[in-house]
Amino acid sequence: MKFLKAFGQFWYDFIIGDDWKIAVAVVLALGVLLVAMVTDLFGDTGLTLLGGAAIVIAFAISLAIDVRPKRR
Amino acid sequence: MDAATWGLIIATFVACFVEMVEATTIVMAMGYTRSWRSALIGTFAALGVLAVVTLAAGYALTSWLPESALQLAIGGLLLIFGLQWLRKAILRSSGRKAIHDEDAIYQEEVEAAKAAGDTKGGLDLFAFMVSFKGVFLEGMEVVFIVLTFGLNANNIPAASLGAIAAVVMVLGIAVALRRPLSMINENLLKYAVGLLLASFGTYWSVEGIGIFRDGRESLDWPGHDLMILALLAAWFVLSRIFIAVLRTPATPTPAAGQIPVEVKK
Repeated sequence: MKFLKAFGQFWYDFIIGDDWKIAVAVVLALGVLLVAMVTDLFGDTGLTLLGGAAIVIAFAISLAIDVRPKRR
Repeated sequence: MDAATWGLIIATFVACFVEMVEATTIVMAMGYTRSWRSALIGTFAALGVLAVVTLAAGYALTSWLPESALQLAIGGLLLIFGLQWLRKAILRSSGRKAIHDEDAIYQEEVEAAKAAGDTKGGLDLFAFMVSFKGVFLEGMEVVFIVLTFGLNANNIPAASLGAIAAVVMVLGIAVALRRPLSMINENLLKYAVGLLLASFGTYWSVEGIGIFRDGRESLDWPGHDLMILALLAAWFVLSRIFIAVLRTPATPTPAAGQIPVEVKK
């Protein structure tokens, strides 16, 4: 059990790191792209550009959340 | 050698260089304060485990996953790593996060080594374990970067060449100087690596979403590989905008020794 906990902690630290919001932002952005793709919203060009824009916007929001408390 | 191969070598070289500087600081602290023999055994043990992990992960990824799944899985992880590095670089450049300082980390490791007490017997377990952990953790990121860049570019040897060149160069500088490599602008290097990882990660993870459509074919970016350069330019411009917007108000220059530094590895 202790080994499993340490194993899980290692991978959490390795992948998620010290800011979980980045991982959530990436998953949400790719989720938006997935929904757009399965609903045939655009062709490949539109989908890739939407995906890129979604990642940038999600990152910007995670950064804004990150710095918000320090402004108080 | 074409431009894409040079780009691959440079990307893995810079990423590996940064990680090696951090690992070298830890091993040097253990070597000078505890035992060089135990620190080096810990280092080589970690390198051995990393080699096994690289072979096993490389085989598993290439044998079991279709191309688009590979792009999504490793592109997504690369993107997370890249954005984390970029986030730190933006916060540091805008004065919202302490800068990374190898001298401070070295001093902290030295203090911990001195406080740990003597070990009886042939192998100094403290020096061994700290060196092993330091090299293994920093090395895992390098392994991941080499595998992802190498597999996606179908050129593991070129990616490995970049990483090995960085290892040789950092070890060469460390042996020549015999002190932590604090003169290297690690924060700037991390910013550059963050931009590279974010660009490649965006490109591959978006392509890889195609795994969920009929035929499991990757999505196709306009301009194909050239789009990576456009993404690199976009992330650079965006990061400069973020830095400008988030920059904290100018404060009087702190006196020497009072500049905030980060000692977290």
